[in-house]
Amino acid sequence: MPISFSQTLAKYDVVVIGSGLGGLTSANRLANCGHKVLLLEHHHRLGGLATWFRRKGHIFDISLHGFPYGMVKTCKKYWNREIMQSIVQLKNIVFDNPQFALRTSFDRKDFTDILETRFKISPSVIAKFFDTVSRMNFYDDQTMTTRELFEDFFPGRTDVARFLMEPITYANGSTLDDPAITYGIVFSNFMNRGVFTFEGGTDKLIKMMSDELEKNGVTICTRTKVDRIIVEKGKVRGVEAGGKIVLAKAVVSNSGITNTIHNLTDRRAFSDEFLEKASRVRVNNSSCQVYMGVRDGEKIDDVGDLLFTSTAPEFDSAELLAKETKSKTFSLYYPKTRPQFERYTIVASMNSRYEDWADLDEDQYLKEKDALISRSLKDLDRYLPGIADKVDWAEAATPRTFNRYTLHTQGTSFGTKFEGLDVSRSIFKEVPGLFHVGSVGIIMSGWLGAINYGVIVSNDVDSYLRF
Amino acid sequence: MTSEEVKDLILEIIEDIDDEADFENLKADAPLRDQLDLDSMDFLDIVMELRKRHQLQIPEEDYPNLATLDSCVTYLEPLLKDA
Repeated sequence: MPISFSQTLAKYDVVVIGSGLGGLTSANRLANCGHKVLLLEHHHRLGGLATWFRRKGHIFDISLHGFPYGMVKTCKKYWNREIMQSIVQLKNIVFDNPQFALRTSFDRKDFTDILETRFKISPSVIAKFFDTVSRMNFYDDQTMTTRELFEDFFPGRTDVARFLMEPITYANGSTLDDPAITYGIVFSNFMNRGVFTFEGGTDKLIKMMSDELEKNGVTICTRTKVDRIIVEKGKVRGVEAGGKIVLAKAVVSNSGITNTIHNLTDRRAFSDEFLEKASRVRVNNSSCQVYMGVRDGEKIDDVGDLLFTSTAPEFDSAELLAKETKSKTFSLYYPKTRPQFERYTIVASMNSRYEDWADLDEDQYLKEKDALISRSLKDLDRYLPGIADKVDWAEAATPRTFNRYTLHTQGTSFGTKFEGLDVSRSIFKEVPGLFHVGSVGIIMSGWLGAINYGVIVSNDVDSYLRF
Repeated sequence: MTSEEVKDLILEIIEDIDDEADFENLKADAPLRDQLDLDSMDFLDIVMELRKRHQLQIPEEDYPNLATLDSCVTYLEPLLKDA
């Protein structure tokens, strides 16, 4: 059980600020390495954006939409076997837009078949495309954009680009103008085996992770918002929250790279050169979501697990971000999501811009949220006729909601653009003892990216603490 | 540590990472990555484990030295001679 911040010790080896999947994993790894770890979270529950909420008997998952097979190995190695054993495949991924409508298991074999038979792409081009993206590394050349990559392999084929790109845009917020590697790495991860989910829901996962952290001796405090990271004589000394100081040799911030640099740390701790680099970090876009709960006792048909839908004529990164976008993903949660819990919920997700929502007055804001809910129900009706009558709870989240619960700059739901990775990776060279973990660089985002990045950063922290 | 002991140490660490790893036909001079289906995260685990067990600090630029079992021995034996 989390303890009150007033009961913590005066000193730890490491303080982790924020309990997103990256923060949780760093805390767990560092405790496993034998360090004394304190984990501080401002919200009342752990998980960051890996979270859920309950309404009227429904449980709504915020970011449980599907992750790559790599999660199996990652959870086994860095968490435990029980967590790994709850990972199950989502086999029915549906696309529906004016250019094509199809169903796929979202793996290399099925994509190869579809590209060949439906899109009439030659097998050699398909094989070469897959080989190219699967060989991509984050340190490769970043000048080629995803748009150029598609144009190289499938010139003029906006339908093929849509098939290959649309899901990844929802998965990591990347656009056609981002470096091709940010697309290729994430796409290849999915193509390995398909899309997977966590049986039991986000609540079960976070409960299992908290139990593991406690077993490994991590001290956890929720409802504790860190006010500042203390740096003395160029090195990290600890953190301050609500007037109390806790000393630590290292601090791992999982609070967003922009927050960490601009709001939590005294700017004088950084060189001008580093601050200049940090000022150029663009945060990624945010999201809108509509949560729809089907009345207890009602059922809906199985129309697929993940529906990538759009009525826009072609794929267009800007269209996907527009406030009234015609494109959305529906994640469908059947009773199989939480066995023994006979409920159906649907979450509509859209990518969206903070600035489109930030300045609305309260009245406009509520109206816009209602309009968002109506549009989502109307779009969902194409797949589940009469759904509006079966839903007894519908509620919307906007970039403002994401900002409020995660404190992320501009409510970003996918961390930062590519340049954030270098700033995050080099912050401890700037201020010894200060580390950052969290969604950066597009590739280190999503559940798998966040957990693996937590491991990578723990390696740096462990090395710092031991030498 | 002798070169045999270094080899055993590496295999033991890999077995901890992946208990289904099959060492039966492992070639000492061929990349571990391909033969045992290891990824970059697995190599990071090896580095962390070596630090934990033997206080060994392996800088990132030296990671390529861990590519094959033979290269591991060449690189690690002098570092672990007193271990």
